[in-house]
Amino acid sequence: MTLVLEWTSAIFLLAGSFLCITGGVGLLRMPDFFSRVHAAGVTETLAAPLLLCGLMLQMEWSLDLVKVLMILLFVLATNPTATQAMAKATLIGGQKPLVTESESTKGDSPSNS
Amino acid sequence: MLIAIAAIRMRDLFGVVILFGVYSLLTAVLFMDLDAVDVAFTEAAVGAGVTTVLLLSSLRLTRRWEAPPRHNPFFSLLVVGVTGAALVYATLDAPLLGDPSAPVHKHVAPHYLQEAAGEVGMPNIVTAVLASYRGYDTFGETLVVFTAGLAVLLLLGFSENGKSRIETSAIHDQVALKVVVKLLIPLILLYALYVQFHGDFGAGGGFQAGVIFATGFILYDMVFGVENARAVMAVAWLPRLAALGVLIYGGVGVYSMLSGKPFLDYSALSADPVQGQHLGVLLVELGVGITVFSIVLSIFYALSGRRRQS
Repeated sequence: MTLVLEWTSAIFLLAGSFLCITGGVGLLRMPDFFSRVHAAGVTETLAAPLLLCGLMLQMEWSLDLVKVLMILLFVLATNPTATQAMAKATLIGGQKPLVTESESTKGDSPSNS
Repeated sequence: MLIAIAAIRMRDLFGVVILFGVYSLLTAVLFMDLDAVDVAFTEAAVGAGVTTVLLLSSLRLTRRWEAPPRHNPFFSLLVVGVTGAALVYATLDAPLLGDPSAPVHKHVAPHYLQEAAGEVGMPNIVTAVLASYRGYDTFGETLVVFTAGLAVLLLLGFSENGKSRIETSAIHDQVALKVVVKLLIPLILLYALYVQFHGDFGAGGGFQAGVIFATGFILYDMVFGVENARAVMAVAWLPRLAALGVLIYGGVGVYSMLSGKPFLDYSALSADPVQGQHLGVLLVELGVGITVFSIVLSIFYALSGRRRQS
């Protein structure tokens, strides 16, 4: 396996792991449900394909590579949908996002969620 | 193990259900680490997938918070501790897990590993053992699944017209969810069929395929409503399909008996014995898949068709 492939695969795997960890930290530390869902959803939607790309670069052309590619596409399709569905369901259920009024933002229009 | 302790100590049953799902996923990873791919697949599909949905549906019917215990737990802890210590003491003499010189690995396991390709003719030895060498046990498992579904149907039953469920508006406005689910459900069902018929060569088989097939229908029911789901799959057909699956399995065995061979001997199905094994395993896995699919879907309908009792 060439050096370029090894290094690229290592970078992808490390980036994916870093994003997973930061997603977990965001899930634990964010104050509000919506910010937590946003943190976990965005980071993990990028982290899973990065990890899978890193794995794909280490495999040779075979049926297994196509299967991993299909898993990647499936995760890319379902993860944002699930995040959006959760956030929208919570909004319809009545929970409002946590917005603070501070001196500098008085007079500005409230941000849409 | 930490997850199990957390699940026991938690009072919030919703959190307990999610922890059970995480526990099943970690057990599936453990099975993958032990190189048991079929078992890991089944554990992930059933434990982390369908069981979480079924437990959440049954949680709707009861309270969310567990009532505080009214008895003193120390006596039961003492009994459990003594029994557990006795069991652990008894296992100290057993050979290590996976030890190749253990008696359990010297009896039929070498025969299965060496002869399965020749006698049954399929590369996946797990399916060969499950459906051919130990087909009678798998028949028992299918009957257990059938009986469990029967018990749930006898206790809860289907609602007559499907309208007794409170319509939630949270799903109704979710356009993005509906579009993505519409695209995904054919792929899910196709994948279930692939797993069913590919069980001879890769990881797969009837149990996993039945569960994944039922998951597609459950997803459709959850997103598009009860009326649409019942229009697609009529509720009256589910017990008949379950019985049909068991009938296919038993029918193969009875056909073998009527041909003069022992019960569930697949070589009676065709002139060439290996061809007969292939056909037998195919029919038997089909029976298992049909039964598991209809029972999982029946349990979901039985649980979700009830109004909240509290």
